[in-house]
Amino acid sequence: MTTETGTAPAAATPPATETLTLAKALNEGLRKAMENDPKVLVMGEDVGKLGGVFRVTDGLQKDFGEERVIDTPLAESGIVGTAIGLALRGYRPVVEIQFDGFVFPAADQIITQLAKMRMRSLGTVSLPVVVRIPCGGGIGAVEHHSESPEVYFTHTAGLRVVACSNPADAYTMIQQSIASPDPVIFFEPKRRYWDKAPVDVAAAPESWTPLHRARVVQPGEDVTVLAYGPMVKTCLEAAAAAAEEGRSLEVVDLRSLNPLDIDLVVASVERTGRCVVVHEAPVFSGYGAELAARITERCFYRLEAPVLRVGGFSTPYPPSRLEEHYLPDLDRVLDAVDRTFAW
Amino acid sequence: MAIDSARGAPDVRELAEPELVQLLTPEGERVEHPDYPLDLTPEQVRGLYRDLVIVRRIDLEAVALTRQGELGIWASLLGQEAAQIGSGRALGDHDMVFPTYREHGVAWCRDVDPLKLIGLFRGVSNGGWDPAEHNFHLYTIVIGSQTLHATGYAMGVQRDGVLGTPNAGAVIAYFGDGATSQGDVNESFVFASVFNAPIVFFCQNNQWAISEPLEKQSRIPLYRRAQGYGFPGLRVDGNDVFACLAVTRKALEAARTGQGPTLIEAYTYRMGAHTTTDDPTRYRLKAEEEAWKLKDPIERVKAYLVRGDMADAAFFDEIDAEAKQVAADLRKACLAMPDPGPMDIFADVYADAHPLMTEEQEQFAAYLASFEEVPS
Repeated sequence: MTTETGTAPAAATPPATETLTLAKALNEGLRKAMENDPKVLVMGEDVGKLGGVFRVTDGLQKDFGEERVIDTPLAESGIVGTAIGLALRGYRPVVEIQFDGFVFPAADQIITQLAKMRMRSLGTVSLPVVVRIPCGGGIGAVEHHSESPEVYFTHTAGLRVVACSNPADAYTMIQQSIASPDPVIFFEPKRRYWDKAPVDVAAAPESWTPLHRARVVQPGEDVTVLAYGPMVKTCLEAAAAAAEEGRSLEVVDLRSLNPLDIDLVVASVERTGRCVVVHEAPVFSGYGAELAARITERCFYRLEAPVLRVGGFSTPYPPSRLEEHYLPDLDRVLDAVDRTFAW
Repeated sequence: MAIDSARGAPDVRELAEPELVQLLTPEGERVEHPDYPLDLTPEQVRGLYRDLVIVRRIDLEAVALTRQGELGIWASLLGQEAAQIGSGRALGDHDMVFPTYREHGVAWCRDVDPLKLIGLFRGVSNGGWDPAEHNFHLYTIVIGSQTLHATGYAMGVQRDGVLGTPNAGAVIAYFGDGATSQGDVNESFVFASVFNAPIVFFCQNNQWAISEPLEKQSRIPLYRRAQGYGFPGLRVDGNDVFACLAVTRKALEAARTGQGPTLIEAYTYRMGAHTTTDDPTRYRLKAEEEAWKLKDPIERVKAYLVRGDMADAAFFDEIDAEAKQVAADLRKACLAMPDPGPMDIFADVYADAHPLMTEEQEQFAAYLASFEEVPS
């Protein structure tokens, strides 16, 4: 066994580990960022007294005031557009889009302005804006409340796009995103908001995993399973089930979609020779297509089978009574794993 | 009989002959307005005249450069000089401007080198200046987007706690009559209103959104829209540089002292095409252009200067010569402007290092270098 530099050094102070829900971890991360930098603002619909429809901003307005936690008019383009203006004035706005399906009125400001202003200004303008988007399905919601719009943004140069999957990452990644000089689209897995896990709220930021690094969350030998956001948990469950059948899945939480930590992905696939990509968004033109292409380019001679994709159908997101059929689950992941072995 | 519902609307231009705030008639006569007193020294009037003439000359040169293939396109400000110079000269050092892509006159007032505007339309950059250096934001091409940036910036000014102090700066957002139909402009009115943001919305109603006349955008005069959002709106003679100066000054001062937004509709006319690729003969009558020619923003200042004995022929010759020189220098600098290098495609997309940028940059550099290795 080798000694890795990543091994935790003997702690000078005992770790302050708390068990938090993912929503609460985000809340604590936001709070920390606001305490550390008076220029950090939170803005969006119902983020003040209500604390957001998912309570992610709970209590922040009470503690930081209405000037820093801004209940905005109900207009998404207006929210992102004014956030850009605030950033031009030296602020670091964290914008909440209430639900994934409501980001589209703001898509113009995000794509034509937020992403491109730096280049337009020849590098003189930075827009440190974070756009938080609760994403994905599984909560029995009405239309427009269960979508996975990540590729609209990964396809837009100038944006950074990340997706947290668990409370510990939620806590660190939101703070790292706020610190980024580039705009960040921050996806939150809404059906995992209530999942609890230990979060080390006292760990030094230098010890955190860098924002744009992927992570092997379940080491394995036989097949690499790539996921992000809400599907990471699903894939971990699939890995546990597969283990009972004697099959070893390596689950990678990509964490960052743009930029992509391709080196970690390649290292894993070169070891396993098989890869399955899992996301909620439709497979066609989805993020998995980019992964499959890049893995094929880099690992062609090591692949035992084509990269297979598991995702939503190429349909609009269905009514909630049908969503269990639409969303990838443990069985669909394992089905793809079986197919990659049957190739 | 079928009812033609589209024709049910009253003619917005008929409705719209209201009180234009005017301080200088098209004939060059000074008139007073009770709400907008304005004292200008002869030297200041001559300065405004110089601005008007030079920006018109720069504009003319840019059109010529486009016709000669040196620029890809140009959006002419011809006819709108008074609206831009009047409002532009009302600005203080701390005020911040958010322009469209036609605010060449305002850019002049903010000391932005016209060559930088030329560079954008020549295609060497998508913007090309540091907004903070001139308190003049980048040109925005998507119609109306900048009004939200302006409003957010104004909300930032509020949060800085400088309103009412000598360091107070207001924000001015420029847009056109077509933009008033955009969601972003309407959202910016809502945000500015409910947050009482220190902003002046300066709408140059030049009567035409490419080929669409004002009645395709509104059934009421545009300045009246402000009332529905809960802040003052007024209409000014956009071809009257004195009036544009006076109303903008007052609105900026109101913003700086915490009195919130104002909508100014500068009633003017786009004498040229929308851009150099447009052909106005397809959609408007020559007679309309001829009528507006009589309201020329520069001629009236000249008449006022002559009538008041504030300038002689030598002065006008001198300004013409200076304008000619500015244009000649601009032409020379335009022709000498180097194209960016191919690797500049990757510049300034991200502030922090980005692996994909690095990877594609290296691949492209290697690809380019491969041509050099071919033996000749």
